[in-house]
Amino acid sequence: MRLAVLVIVSIALMIVDHQYHYLAQARSVLTTVISPIRSMVDAPARLINWVEINVSQQHNVVTENAQLRAEQLMLRAKLQSLMALRQENDQLRALLRSSTKVGGKVLVAQLLAVDLAPFTRQVVLNKGNRDNVFVGQAVLDAYGVMGQVIEVSRSSSRVLLITDSRSAVPVQSTRTGSRAIAAGQGVTNDLQLLFVPDTADFQVGDTLETSGLGKRFPVSYPVGVVSEVSHKAGERFSQISVYPSAHVDSSRQVLLVWPAESVN
Amino acid sequence: MACRECELTCMNNFLALRSWLFIILSILVAMMLTILPLPFWAGWLRPLWVPAVIFYWALALPDRFSLGAAWCVGILLDVLLGTLLGENALGMMLAVFVISKLYTRIRLFPMWQQSAIIFMLSLCYLALLFWMQGLIGQPPLSWQFWVPAITTGCLWPWIFILLRDYRRRFAIR
Repeated sequence: MRLAVLVIVSIALMIVDHQYHYLAQARSVLTTVISPIRSMVDAPARLINWVEINVSQQHNVVTENAQLRAEQLMLRAKLQSLMALRQENDQLRALLRSSTKVGGKVLVAQLLAVDLAPFTRQVVLNKGNRDNVFVGQAVLDAYGVMGQVIEVSRSSSRVLLITDSRSAVPVQSTRTGSRAIAAGQGVTNDLQLLFVPDTADFQVGDTLETSGLGKRFPVSYPVGVVSEVSHKAGERFSQISVYPSAHVDSSRQVLLVWPAESVN
Repeated sequence: MACRECELTCMNNFLALRSWLFIILSILVAMMLTILPLPFWAGWLRPLWVPAVIFYWALALPDRFSLGAAWCVGILLDVLLGTLLGENALGMMLAVFVISKLYTRIRLFPMWQQSAIIFMLSLCYLALLFWMQGLIGQPPLSWQFWVPAITTGCLWPWIFILLRDYRRRFAIR
């Protein structure tokens, strides 16, 4: 009977999609079919943006230009000192004979103004296969790590945010260097540090950055700030909540990062 | 004689294609409404547009809109929403199966009773999604996951009347 056949096919599809990655191609093709719908829903937001840009008064544009130039000047100055620091760092590492990282390529992408299933934390970007985006690529925004790419189609890709329950980021504390894994909760915007023993040194206000272990996320990017540490008597691990630095719910532009080449 | 038969099948095919075009258009609009960005507090209140539209077509045109079509729409919905491939397809298909067994009676119910049936169907659909998500280890962790069933049930009279007028206006059979 047709129902039984389709039920079996559905279950088989779900198992294959969950456990293996053979369906990535098929999904990619179907996403290309679906993409006009996403573009149509995103179009009003883009239209408003376009109108805003083209209709704003010249006076506003001139003021904004001046402000941006001043900011750029300040950032350039800061960059100079950072370059000096970086060179010194490289020299010291060379002295210690450990590997150094050369900066990798980045690409700016925009979020499509669409909502995905409400019980997962995912977003869609407007860059895909033809921009050499790959599955597993790290996505950052201006303030910190935002997530990683989990599906790529021709001109768009899906990103799993760090606040989703399936996401886990290896982090280390900037203050003490102790390492942990920050996993998302799905429901709230906080991350939880997994399996941190009571004796580990984490305090409220500590900043956590990526540790680079697992080679998914580039090292030393801010992930979050510890917001709550609680030890329950009798439990082996502490409950540590981390508030993410990235503006996970409001960023519209993100950076896609390619892994740096490692030089020894 | 043969000419006449040929003409009839041609016209039937043309009518079928035309009906499908209109049905697909309504499903497209439902999909667009599904991914329309809503403010944070309203996210959970979004009714199940695509399932509701599918339920209507399964009620109104049970011969044309069958299990296979529901399954395909379910797969596209999976790709649209980023859920596991086959999850929404299974839910959609089972709901349409239930409707295909009961459509003669449901059509004759007063509107409030139809809304209740749709509410229960939406609950079953969401329950199936919940079960699938639970099986893969990502169950939705808040009670707000079930609210869309209520909003779908509440909005059903409008959806029904809208789609019924749409069907009559364009003579979709």
